[in-house]
Amino acid sequence: MRVERCLEERARAMPNKVALISGEARLTYAELNDLADRLAHGLWERGVSRGDRVAIFLDNCPEAVIALYAVLKTGAVFSIVNATAKSDKLAEILNNSRAKALVTHARLLPVAAAALDNAPSVDVAIVAHMEGEPPIRGGVALADILSEEPAAPPEHSGIDIDLAMIIYTSGSTGVPKGVMITHQNISATAGSIAEYLENDEKDVVLCVLPISFGYGLYQILVSVMTGGTVVLEKGMAFPAVIVQKLKNENVTGFPLVPTIAAIFLQMKDLEPGSFPHLRYITNAAAAMPVPHIERLVDLFPTSKFYSMYGLTECMRGLYMPPDELIRRTDSVGRAIPNTEAYVVDEHGKRLGPGLVGELVIRGAHVMKGYWENEEETVKRLKPGENPWELVLHTGDLFRTDEEGYFYFVSRKDDIIKSRGEKVPPKEVENAIYMLEGVKEVAVVGVPDPILGMAIKAVVVPAEGAVLSDREIIGHCMRNLEDFMVPKHVEFRQELPKTDSGKIRRSQIQAEEIKAYEEAH
Amino acid sequence: MQPIESQIRNFIVENYMYGQSPESLRDSDSFLSLGVIDSAGILELVAYLEETFKMQINDDELLPENLDSIAQVAAYVRRKTGSETMAGLAHAG
Repeated sequence: MRVERCLEERARAMPNKVALISGEARLTYAELNDLADRLAHGLWERGVSRGDRVAIFLDNCPEAVIALYAVLKTGAVFSIVNATAKSDKLAEILNNSRAKALVTHARLLPVAAAALDNAPSVDVAIVAHMEGEPPIRGGVALADILSEEPAAPPEHSGIDIDLAMIIYTSGSTGVPKGVMITHQNISATAGSIAEYLENDEKDVVLCVLPISFGYGLYQILVSVMTGGTVVLEKGMAFPAVIVQKLKNENVTGFPLVPTIAAIFLQMKDLEPGSFPHLRYITNAAAAMPVPHIERLVDLFPTSKFYSMYGLTECMRGLYMPPDELIRRTDSVGRAIPNTEAYVVDEHGKRLGPGLVGELVIRGAHVMKGYWENEEETVKRLKPGENPWELVLHTGDLFRTDEEGYFYFVSRKDDIIKSRGEKVPPKEVENAIYMLEGVKEVAVVGVPDPILGMAIKAVVVPAEGAVLSDREIIGHCMRNLEDFMVPKHVEFRQELPKTDSGKIRRSQIQAEEIKAYEEAH
Repeated sequence: MQPIESQIRNFIVENYMYGQSPESLRDSDSFLSLGVIDSAGILELVAYLEETFKMQINDDELLPENLDSIAQVAAYVRRKTGSETMAGLAHAG
């Protein structure tokens, strides 16, 4: 089934049920569907049609949810771009997808306008929280569309194997790759998640994760599919607000990443058992440290804790049934429903228990490939055991035990996980090289109690150049998304190199881990 | 003795606004909406306030009305510490 049909059916079956709570806004299914219909009509009238790409450059807000369903109602394809992206990155995504339209917020207008100067494909820019004509090419105020357009989405002949979204993810080379996801992929993923989390219309999920991130986005997609309610927050900056929301909205599901959990667990006065309605907590994006799991289990004695593993290319792959967790805190579990997972050697042959190899995922949720990037696609989607299919090679090394549980070993590439987000060192290094006076740089991860890994730049200044850590961090803040900005900078006279002169980043990385372990 | 507003402004500018002009942040601007500070940053701000102004911040005070702008933080610090002089002394000492 197409994804927008889920919303339309909910709006018919349960029009007055609250679908979304975000800030002061509370939207019922009927209201959400009506607003999405109006925006869909507005997009269509401005030339957006089946198969076109539309970028949604917004943080967690009701307009982002309205926009994603509106785009699908025109038969088009959406990409949600992290609201902390800078204009170069946004332009790169707009150009890569040849986006026809952009939906953004008045606050983000300077970044969006600068990106549009270098993104000729974009004809329409719809701006939320703005009155009158926005000062951007093709600018229209969202409020005008929502008040003037009829609640009549255009007819389109799209079917469920058409693309629904392109999620941009960091590649190890630093160039973003667009993960192509169809409506059918979303249905398969959301259906599997709803099955193991036992989601239904009684659920109220509190989402503090950015919906530009697949794990955040699926909180919305699963909830609409199952008729639940999502409480959408902009982040975890004010933990007291989150505690209030958990209590006042009778939240039943709370998805976390380790950084969010660490912030939550820093609160001093939380009493175990304060959240009796909270049915489950989930963790994904990076492994939750075992002491955190133990404290969460103490704090939420009536909640189930689900540890999960996934990647944008298939969204979810493995989950740990909560009853098994205490017996195997170091495992990320087994395949999610209707998915097959196994470990292979370098020739693609299945390996038995205890042997380390690459994790392979089969299932209806696996992406269709990277948007217009055959070279990267063939590295991930490879012929499997059946002649009629391609399977997903995750790039992550795992082993299994005798009972079929999976254990993460390491990544095959050098991506650093910070705050649960993927940081390609190369992208950060490229940004730092743009700064005058930098001769060499290597970017590595340093263990950090809140971030998982903190980003560290090891810099060799050019001869005679004077650089400060502030200059480097400030430069990165202006040029990179916030999660990629180094927390630490170290200056050195030289970096270790291979015989051919290539910087040995892995050696510096290993030294950092060793130094941390010795100090702790 | 610096007013509380300047101390907080200096902390924010020095730690989160590298290279940006301090004047671009008004006392009433929301840290979060402008993307000046994120979740981890608010925790650092809390640690800074506890240390500089010798105050104890309770969990239920981690709210935007106390912590989301220079003006809100300054008013909150004054409410908690009772006087500007004490805060200034704490900072100096």
